Amino acid sequence: MYKILSKRELAQGTVVENVISAPRIAKKAKPGQFVILRVNETGERIPLTMADTDPEKGTITLIYQVVGKTTALMKTLNVGDGYQDIAGPLGKPTHIEKVGTVVCIGGGTGIAVLHPITRALKQAGNKVYGICGARTKDLLIMEDAMAAASTECTLCTDDGSCGYHGFGTDLLKQILDREKVDLVVGIGPVPMMKFVCSVTLPYNVRTLVSLNAIMVDGTGMCGCCRATVGGKTAFACVDGPEFDGHQVDFDELTKRLRGYADMERQSMELFEHKCSCK
Amino acid sequence: MAEEKAKVPRQKMPEQDPAVRRRNFKEVPLGYSPETAKLEASRCIQCKTPGCSKGCPVGIDIPGFVKEIAVGNFEAGIAKLKEQNALPAVCGRVCPQESQCEGNCILGKKGEPVAIGRLERFIADWERTEGKMKLATLPAPSGKKVAVVGSGPSGLTVAGDLCLKGHDVTVFEAFHKPGGVLLYGIPEFRLPKDILFSEINGLERLGVKFEVNAVVGKVVSLEELFEEGFDAIYVAVGAGLPYFLGVPGENLIGVYSANEYLTRSNLMKAYLFPEYDTPLVRGKNVIVVGAGNVAMDSARTAMRMGADTVKIVYRRSREEMPARAEEIHHAEEEGIELFLLTNPVRFLGDADGRLTTVECQKMELGEADASGRRRPVPIEGAFFTMPTDLAVISVGAGANPLLTGSTPALSLNKRGYIVAQPETGKTTMKGVWAGGDIVTGMATVIQAMGAGKQAAASMHDYLTIGW
Repeated sequence: MYKILSKRELAQGTVVENVISAPRIAKKAKPGQFVILRVNETGERIPLTMADTDPEKGTITLIYQVVGKTTALMKTLNVGDGYQDIAGPLGKPTHIEKVGTVVCIGGGTGIAVLHPITRALKQAGNKVYGICGARTKDLLIMEDAMAAASTECTLCTDDGSCGYHGFGTDLLKQILDREKVDLVVGIGPVPMMKFVCSVTLPYNVRTLVSLNAIMVDGTGMCGCCRATVGGKTAFACVDGPEFDGHQVDFDELTKRLRGYADMERQSMELFEHKCSCK
Repeated sequence: MAEEKAKVPRQKMPEQDPAVRRRNFKEVPLGYSPETAKLEASRCIQCKTPGCSKGCPVGIDIPGFVKEIAVGNFEAGIAKLKEQNALPAVCGRVCPQESQCEGNCILGKKGEPVAIGRLERFIADWERTEGKMKLATLPAPSGKKVAVVGSGPSGLTVAGDLCLKGHDVTVFEAFHKPGGVLLYGIPEFRLPKDILFSEINGLERLGVKFEVNAVVGKVVSLEELFEEGFDAIYVAVGAGLPYFLGVPGENLIGVYSANEYLTRSNLMKAYLFPEYDTPLVRGKNVIVVGAGNVAMDSARTAMRMGADTVKIVYRRSREEMPARAEEIHHAEEEGIELFLLTNPVRFLGDADGRLTTVECQKMELGEADASGRRRPVPIEGAFFTMPTDLAVISVGAGANPLLTGSTPALSLNKRGYIVAQPETGKTTMKGVWAGGDIVTGMATVIQAMGAGKQAAASMHDYLTIGW
């Protein structure tokens, strides 16, 4: 059992933060790496990138958005409960080095993944622009943490309820027009990452994205998380999760992520039915 | 006397009716009754130099345990068997007996060999169901700690053997349950999981510790295991890197590696969805590419998941199929068709990226290649398509670099497998042994166990004498 030490709702009851006791993983994990967890005996294995780790306290922080059965089930867990299984750290850590000026742009829960990377890039001596976006103010997470992690951080919402009224990619473009940027890290929903890459491509700026492919084992054993990168098949779990965004076939990724949509719906309906019967 | 015994025919194994079993996950063979087992065991002529034991990679005293069954002394039989084999219920089910013990049985020269595998299975099941599982008495603790990386057949064998020698053994497993390929790879209808867990539980009660969710190479390195106080390490991580065909459309939804398909089904119990949360595509028209045991397991799983048609698509002919004859026979009985001398060249899908069609090319056999098998050659222009909504690629697996990539002191061969001495399993890193598929490439359960036996003996020498 991996005990939950704290639970916090970050946005509109759909984004939840758990601090979990996992000493071995906390000691080893680096920014950009993920874990695979299983809630209970009948649960599936899902990958989640760590939002933070504390090697001294032996804890890892996970932030998830309730989107289906597994995450809905996760939300029913409270402090003192535990996850049945957590394996990690998995995947390659983000390559952190001083490159000059970096833009870290995150959307939705992607900001949770982006945060430790942003912090590490700044600690490595980079000038880091942070951009945090969401549909609306209530869905925006980790504003303070991102402000602390970056040299300068801007917020934006699609509906203008907080910060800049519009997409984060507008802000990104403004920076790219204004000064030389050496690296862009974009993490969020697939359409957002695809959009970030299309914005940076004409500027020829290296752009890293983190792929949230469906996984089972997370160790390169099953090949479930296949993605086409640069015309070749890569396994997101061991070759990634981060890739050069300009090489990624986002359309294929989008389709593969929808592969089980019908069964996911069926699972969710059953779960809601059981919950309402209680 | 030998002639008289040979008159008793080899006893048939009762099985579930193919028409019924093709839609359920219950075990196919139903096992011998004690009477049938005694009768079958009585066929053994107790050769002075038994070929059967020589054919067994773990060197079981086969005439010894068979003799005890023949006289109804089951307790003594299982004790004899377990002197050499910690997983008899598993081996009795999944070993390729026809090419090992039974293949060397003298009765097989003129008639049919003694059904050694079925007898092994019988006596292991008898012990479990009679609740008479006895724990071996352990020697005084040696004070030495051993780490075993990987809990498949090879790792479990080493763990059992070294525990019996008094060493303190911890097995590290990346998945959330131990068993390795026995768990994620072999379906319930061939190896029921409660039988596997019962054998693993036997090791646990003996004193073997299991640490699951432990991805060695990521969460802890081999060097760090030594720092934590382990005196020796056995690496048995298997060959877990699925090969694909490298043809267009292979990333469509509905195209699986056999590893993924079987892991979802066996380990995650996707066949019980939505009771279990892991989903799996239920194909109507299924193809399985490849013709080994894993391919048969995938095809039979797809049939049990409700497919209308399941085809084994294989680029060579029936003669070259690597699967056990019994597995091919079982598959055909269940309505699985063989599409031989056929090679997929392209997968086609719909606008949602779902597999709808496979395009294949007919093949013919040319000259023998390096493997000694006749090489499949494409027949020019001989293409055809088949409607397909699920394809399982089962063309083998390579060495997974997750652990080896993080351990520079381990020498690897050109294909990424660990270099280990064939007799001992010693690697180029002091205190580290390796065996099973990560050394040899994909092989059988019992071969992996054989490597484990040898390594355990060598490790014991090291722990008591020195490197």
